[in-house]
Amino acid sequence: MRLVIPLAITFTAGMIMILNFFIPHQPFAFLGEHLQEWYMIVASGAIFLGTANLLHVHVRKMKLRLRNWQYSPVTIIGLVVMLILGLIYGVEEGKPFDYLFMNMVAPMGATMFSLLAFFVASAAFRAFRASNWRATLLLSSAFLVMLGQVPIGAMIWNKIPLAKVWLMAIPNTAGQRAVMIGAAMGVVATSLRMIFGIERSYLGGAD
Amino acid sequence: MANFFQKIGDLDRRVIFLLIALAVIIPITTDLIIPNIVGAEPSRDMFDYVDALPEGSNVIVSFDYDPSTMPELQPMAEAVVRHLFEKNHKVIGTALWPQGAALGQHAMSTLADSLGKEQYVDWVNLGYKTGGAVMIVRMGTSIKAVFPADRDNVPWEDIPMLEGINSLKDIQLVISLSAGDPGIIAWVMMAGDRYGIPIGGGCTAVSAPQLYTYLQTDQMVGLLGGLKGAADYETLVGIEEGPAVKGMSPQSIAHLVIMMFIIIGNISYFSRRKGGAR
Repeated sequence: MRLVIPLAITFTAGMIMILNFFIPHQPFAFLGEHLQEWYMIVASGAIFLGTANLLHVHVRKMKLRLRNWQYSPVTIIGLVVMLILGLIYGVEEGKPFDYLFMNMVAPMGATMFSLLAFFVASAAFRAFRASNWRATLLLSSAFLVMLGQVPIGAMIWNKIPLAKVWLMAIPNTAGQRAVMIGAAMGVVATSLRMIFGIERSYLGGAD
Repeated sequence: MANFFQKIGDLDRRVIFLLIALAVIIPITTDLIIPNIVGAEPSRDMFDYVDALPEGSNVIVSFDYDPSTMPELQPMAEAVVRHLFEKNHKVIGTALWPQGAALGQHAMSTLADSLGKEQYVDWVNLGYKTGGAVMIVRMGTSIKAVFPADRDNVPWEDIPMLEGINSLKDIQLVISLSAGDPGIIAWVMMAGDRYGIPIGGGCTAVSAPQLYTYLQTDQMVGLLGGLKGAADYETLVGIEEGPAVKGMSPQSIAHLVIMMFIIIGNISYFSRRKGGAR
């Protein structure tokens, strides 16, 4: 039963959604809409699961004094403070939750992402080599795109932004599309395997 | 000289970090402005499409990003929302990312105050809902089913501007400002391809190459790629020295510095190869 019930649920839900896409009329429209709403409710539940998991991981880390455990209280305090403020005062603009979000979370998040610029520069210096013709082609394209992406490129030569747009619209699109079509076919194949019970790894090892 | 170039290949990374920091700090502190020129870019297509929409159109702006990508996407959000307000369109904010709802609220409320736009009459923030692409599909049959109330818990029925809006078919344009998944691709696949709603978007520079595929097939009406896209939009809207235009100067200098390092790295590499080292 551990195997049959999940497989039956997957098959029924998957078939309803496929039929709803191709036949958007009753009863498939009704069933599809309800399944979509159920999905959103289940996905919301995952947020609670994530919060519980975060607490579990960090409390365990503190108990066992694992590496860098000193950061765990900061995480937990941050979580609890934001949770309490959000529950008591709400999340509307101007409330304490929003104040902390805009003045602490937002600048810290932006700072973390900004650090990438330093690592990109260092990595490019050490690894971006014109070691063969393919690498040289990549390097030349990167230079054109980097210059075309900033106004100084147009000041150097007004055709550089056009070259950037051409690179992005033609060779890049060809490559991207090949990858995307391949990935999409993989998604379709895997989804069908799951719906028909061939692919069962998502069941977590049940057999 | 050859020995110098061989040695410079082992340059301490802290020197690189310092030069990048200076490349960013100096243009900011000296208020250096490099004029932004808008060419035949997808950002112009996006501006033209929004500009040509009939007055009073219902436009969803989906804030699908979080604070980490805020430096690129928040100026974009502000420029787009400003343009929509100036053209008297009705702006409906949503978010596929939890933190996007708060960032969208700030963009919309700040501009609404300065342009005399009224919440629930000219704009509303419906907030965040889980589900990503599935949420968009559900909006295709009923937006109210997904958002029975707005972000501040005001019921759908009490919001005058939402009267007459039932599903995505009542929306004239969706603009997704996206930092990844779920984001623009979900809107294109579900709202665009399935329900025929025009989709525009803005994204980080790093994700722009993937989205160019949707421009060629007309699945998107335009795209703002990275801070340059935001600067283009600011320029087209007529915002003088907006945050994105100002950001173009440090970005220009930083790009030049990175290119300089790549060139030095390659000179060192070839110098070593010539000298017999790997």
